[in-house]
Amino acid sequence: MIAPARPRKLAKVPFVELADGRMQGVVSSGSDIGRVYVSSIAASTYAYGCSTNNNRPCGGARGWYCNHIRALIGEAVLQYGAERVARYLKVDLADAEPSGDSLIDAMFATRPGADHSGAAATVFSRFLRHLAYLELAPTTAPLPEMQWFPPTRAVA
Amino acid sequence: MRTDLLTESVDGLDEALAAVDAFDGALAAGLLRPQPAQAAGLTELADAVAGTPLADRVAEAAEKAAAGAAGEDHFVALAAARTALLGSVHDALAHRVGEATGRGRAAADVPAPTAREAVNLLAAARSWLSDLARCGWQGMDHEVVSGAAQVVSAMLPDPELRRLATLLDGFAAELAASCPGASLERVPERRWADLWARAVLLTVPGAAELPETGTLTGRLLPLGVDVQEHATAVQAQVHAVFEPADGSAARLVRAGVSVPKPDTVVGAGLWQLLRPHLSLLEAVGEGRSMELTDMPVTAEGDLLWDNERARAGESADAFVTARVALPTATDGPTAPLDRHPSRIAVPVFLEGYAARQDDDESLYFDLAGSALAVDADRIPSASPLTPEAVAKSGACIGLLRWDAGRFVLQALAVESTVRKKAVALHAGAWAGGTTDKAGVKAEKAATDAVKVLRERAGKLLRK
Ligand SMILES: [Zn+2]
Repeated sequence: MIAPARPRKLAKVPFVELADGRMQGVVSSGSDIGRVYVSSIAASTYAYGCSTNNNRPCGGARGWYCNHIRALIGEAVLQYGAERVARYLKVDLADAEPSGDSLIDAMFATRPGADHSGAAATVFSRFLRHLAYLELAPTTAPLPEMQWFPPTRAVA
Repeated sequence: MRTDLLTESVDGLDEALAAVDAFDGALAAGLLRPQPAQAAGLTELADAVAGTPLADRVAEAAEKAAAGAAGEDHFVALAAARTALLGSVHDALAHRVGEATGRGRAAADVPAPTAREAVNLLAAARSWLSDLARCGWQGMDHEVVSGAAQVVSAMLPDPELRRLATLLDGFAAELAASCPGASLERVPERRWADLWARAVLLTVPGAAELPETGTLTGRLLPLGVDVQEHATAVQAQVHAVFEPADGSAARLVRAGVSVPKPDTVVGAGLWQLLRPHLSLLEAVGEGRSMELTDMPVTAEGDLLWDNERARAGESADAFVTARVALPTATDGPTAPLDRHPSRIAVPVFLEGYAARQDDDESLYFDLAGSALAVDADRIPSASPLTPEAVAKSGACIGLLRWDAGRFVLQALAVESTVRKKAVALHAGAWAGGTTDKAGVKAEKAATDAVKVLRERAGKLLRK
């Protein structure tokens, strides 16, 4: 079983996930309400990507983790806990306390390159799929299989 | 309540579970190119059902699978054999629970399926599950596991397919979090084989149907709320005693509501999604009964809730219901395919026990010389009930379950004595809303989260 996500505010980073071998998600633009950035960091290599949902590269992500990527890391740590994020991205924190800052420091120290795999479209469609869950109707017919998924007080 | 019976051994249980484990081991390693040990595991499963109507089909399936040549129908046969074995385990355990509670159980009268589901989607799901069986947990990777996403997305909007879709969604997310399988230190073999086998059976047209078999009119007295959740779905089930208006015998029923959800909707947000569709949740929060008129019900005693057919009744203390009405009510039957130890969740009432915490913090209720294990983790997070309160309680309404080889009690509500007064805490106290300070804060945070997501959905999904 997986521990449930921890509650967090969603305005800045409405979507973050650990999937497809990446930490990836969607970050709101600070200036334009209609625009979002799709940001990601690959596990092991820490290669980073950031572009708008229309595939325009982010000006801040040249040789550096831009503010969107930093926000993504911060919210991933809130949602999943720093340890789970570090484990998923395969970051060796040595003796540092697991946190958003120590994660950024450890990953950036390896001089990661830009990720040209073009994951933005996939990530954005996963975000739309995520949003579509809100549109699904509840049912009062029993789902006996949910007995296999108990709640837990443990947090991620 | 004879809790002493719950710790006594059950005849044949170890043998049945050994055959299940043998199959689960074979499945874990993948059935693409099975090794001799896997072939032995498959044979052990087939031998265990040799005296049943499944014998020939399962023997053939085991042989094909051992040769790495199993087709989808063979996987269905193997899943059926495993399910039949666990069904017998369920029956033995349910019988034992009946002896302990002293209550009667109604006979199951389940109608034949009509099989109206979209068959192409069921086939797609079965194909994914077959791929999974060939890889095994040790051989699975992101590519295989992500194959479920499309099937799940197509299935979720269809109410007829919701059972299978919700199961596959939770199962695939759990597998994805454990990929690649080759690097796993510990594999939950029994659990994943449970989920796999149930999913395989639900791909058989008609298997997921739990149709209406009648209607109920009378008074509903809630005992408590049980919540189940995975990252993208939640279900709340109210366990209650139903007293028919015609004066016939009282019976135990359930009323539930479930909904798929984004993984960031948690805690109080779950109650918010659920409460508009099950007015009973508000009644539970207020400590009220409800009056039902022609409420549809399944053979298992699950109400197919319709807010129009229920109205709020008089106040009804769950502990009075548990002390007075529960002992003489009849338990509902279990549909043939649902028979599995994980499905056991029987309402019980206990008092006069001594709560005891072990060095490793596991909790027990000592009662008349026997110790009943308590699962104090199985409590929703948006609730005033806490493991600490359970550990200090003197009376408990709970669900008797069977987990990891033993009976355990899940607390739905507890009573404890504070300054010589009995104080009750209910797991579902906040189901209908709350004025509790911490609860109000959690509700506000959840409202904000859903608002942000709905705003985004409004902009992006309808472009
Ligand atoms: Zn950026």
